[in-house]
Amino acid sequence: MGQRTRLVLSRMLQALPALAGVVIVSFALTRMLPGDPAVYFAGPAATEQSIAQIRVAMGLDLSLPMQFLHYARDLLMGDLGNSLSTGQPVLEELARRLPASLELTLTALLLSCAIALPLGVTAAVHQGSWIDHACRALVTAGVSLPTFFTGIALIYVFYYLLGWAPAPLGRLDFVYLSPPDVTGFYVVDALMAGDFETAGGAMRQLILPASTLALFTLAPIARMARAAMLEALSSDYIRTAKAAGLSQRKIVYFYAFQNAMLPVITTLGMVFSFTLGANVLVEKVFSWPGIGSYAVEALVVSDYAAVQGFVLAMAILFVALNLVIDIVYTLVDPRTRSTT
Amino acid sequence: MFLEVDHLAVSFATRRGKVAAVRDVRFSLAKGETLGIVGESGSGKSVSAYAIMQILDRGGQLESGRIQFDGMELNRYTNREMRDIRGREISMVFQNPRAALNPIRKVGHQIEDVLRRHARTSASGAKSAAIEAMRAVHINQPEKRYHSYPFELSGGMSQRIVIALALACDPRLLIADEPTTGLDVTTQKVVMDLIAELTRSRGMSSILITHDLGLAARYCDRIVVMKSGEVVETGTPDGLFHAPANAYTKRLIRATPRGGIGIGDLVDPPRQAPQRPAIGAPLLQVRDLRKTFGKGVNTVTAVDAVSFDIHAGESLGLVGESGCGKSTTSSMIMRLADPTSGEILLDGRSLTDTPASRFARDPRRTSLQMVFQDALASLNPRFTARQSIADPIRRLTRENADGRTEELAGQVGLPVELLDRFPHQLSGGQNARVGIARALASRPRLLILDEPTAALDVSIQAIVLNLLADLRADLGITYLFVSHDLHVVRLLCDRILVMKKGRIVEEGDAQRVMSNPTHEYTRTLLDAVPSLPNLKI
Repeated sequence: MGQRTRLVLSRMLQALPALAGVVIVSFALTRMLPGDPAVYFAGPAATEQSIAQIRVAMGLDLSLPMQFLHYARDLLMGDLGNSLSTGQPVLEELARRLPASLELTLTALLLSCAIALPLGVTAAVHQGSWIDHACRALVTAGVSLPTFFTGIALIYVFYYLLGWAPAPLGRLDFVYLSPPDVTGFYVVDALMAGDFETAGGAMRQLILPASTLALFTLAPIARMARAAMLEALSSDYIRTAKAAGLSQRKIVYFYAFQNAMLPVITTLGMVFSFTLGANVLVEKVFSWPGIGSYAVEALVVSDYAAVQGFVLAMAILFVALNLVIDIVYTLVDPRTRSTT
Repeated sequence: MFLEVDHLAVSFATRRGKVAAVRDVRFSLAKGETLGIVGESGSGKSVSAYAIMQILDRGGQLESGRIQFDGMELNRYTNREMRDIRGREISMVFQNPRAALNPIRKVGHQIEDVLRRHARTSASGAKSAAIEAMRAVHINQPEKRYHSYPFELSGGMSQRIVIALALACDPRLLIADEPTTGLDVTTQKVVMDLIAELTRSRGMSSILITHDLGLAARYCDRIVVMKSGEVVETGTPDGLFHAPANAYTKRLIRATPRGGIGIGDLVDPPRQAPQRPAIGAPLLQVRDLRKTFGKGVNTVTAVDAVSFDIHAGESLGLVGESGCGKSTTSSMIMRLADPTSGEILLDGRSLTDTPASRFARDPRRTSLQMVFQDALASLNPRFTARQSIADPIRRLTRENADGRTEELAGQVGLPVELLDRFPHQLSGGQNARVGIARALASRPRLLILDEPTAALDVSIQAIVLNLLADLRADLGITYLFVSHDLHVVRLLCDRILVMKKGRIVEEGDAQRVMSNPTHEYTRTLLDAVPSLPNLKI
């Protein structure tokens, strides 16, 4: 087994305790939610007796450790329970809604990287020039404008005034049929099915919410890219490269950029995590059927199975993401590979 | 002349406007000659070299001057034209070789980049050409090293890679900017000999930029002395060192530790060395001290069965190269780390009974204090000098902090009006004084000096060494002086221990060890230190 493979495997093993912790914390957190789910579930016309019956049926009369054991057992069998408000299995709903959120977030991140990285790098290379100032202005605007505002502003301009964008009503206009479910990403699925029209439709729906999120995530990425690039450019090895007569292109795009990417990868991981959780507002504004809006609705009505499922899903995603970042890091930076 | 620099002036744009870094610098270099540019920090020696290469840092600008290199007027060249000169005609080697290499690129590929850039090789021949360049700098198993990353190499090995990179395209001029600063003396010798050998065999000219007069004296044909951005004197090493015309050159030579002089001879005007205090009973006894790190097959023995005594009033030097265990030994004595086995006794009572984690509350904490290597980095940046000195007084003693702080400032020669400044507002020498005052605050009996002058310019080092000698005479403190520099140690110490690979290989009277070393390693160390001839100025 190669050194890299062993390292990747050991990193994966290290993620297991984190997952166990997440299961415990998500359980504990939802039990701390105010309100009695049994009362809610029994409805407004419930009697003491029917509430007690429901409590027993839901296992809420058991002690907390017993409840946890039941929860853990169900979890191992892939059962996240049923949502109290919709009656649907939580797992199914999450599986339907998670791809929507992921599609939105990933598109936003791709968009934001495509703008932020060149911008940050150029700003650093031409420090103090107009492009540096433009970068600063965009970054400031990006963090200071709340997403629901930019979202509404974009809808107002591009849908209401100009009519370029479709109505902000979910993932696909009703004239299209949703593509066969493979990855859950509508654009990808439609393309795989060879249905370019639907893909285009899905993409048009995506543009505004993704731009809203991208504008918000642009700031930390561009800022980090600029700072990391500035640091790399002023380092000793760049001086060596200059003294050896290497071309400007080689120095900036290979020597400096590759080194500057290390902190940017870390930032990307963080940005991805918080965007996935924080895009609730964007999902609401654009009626996007993602997990963010699902969680908020569940939280409002103390739908603990759904909240638990959401927290767990997010936590697993975070752990998986950190794992990916870690592994990418080991592949990029040889210094992290030498563990004795 | 091969290289002629005339009226060179460089300025830097700062927030407070333009600052001249180099003014009216002129020097020349013949074919095959080695020129030394010598000066202390801020003298403009590196900036002059960067100006020749046109690789000045941001904000730096060539104001005026003519740089003629083999008939080419480099000062008229654009950056694009200079790129063909750099690496192919003129190359540079830098200090801190590990940082000078791209940390995430294989060293072989970095050499290839240069070869390919100057069209010295085709894509297919690049690898063998790079390996050839590595073999030229005497790297063992270059095929294997080709795949190494800089962090996997020692400092000396990294510097060889940097040299290989610089010489890969057979340039005609090599500029070495402090190429051995931060390397051990034996490594320094190897690297310098390598540069000298390669430049000679290839008929190259070279410029050696250094703060070390001894190094310049040993390796250069001619020397330019710079101070505050100007050339103050030029001459051959012999002429310059035996009959310096300039007052600054004289002061610089005087401040350089060398054989045959006393500590008082370092300063201008020379003074009588302070009386060495009477040597008393053993103050600190180290018995069979061992320290290992790691477990199983990965166990590293940093300190191996070390025993010695320090007598009251004595000054003991602990000498060795990096990784020899001298720092580990001193941190165990300082009770910052616990030994794996063995014992340390103060006044015959065991210090090692109290674990290091609890020693801060031991009443004997006041008896042992330390002065650290990097004065600036070892001071709290948010403490003024007064706070730094008063802190241990408040924590460890019952004395009045205000009066005592000013008394200590007086003892270390720090003007009282500087006490309210922060470390970044003080010079290197002033910060060193603050560090010493802080260590003296609890009235220690043993002071551990961990390379206290290594980061200082020689003229400041001379003053600090004399201050330490005075303090010892006045206060009767015992010193354990940890250093890699035998010449500095000899000036301040009565007795010397030489450490190698965790063991003490030689022990004896300072004069005796220097003049008549018995262990081969001590001789190697002494030979490696480039020293000025025994001059009386």
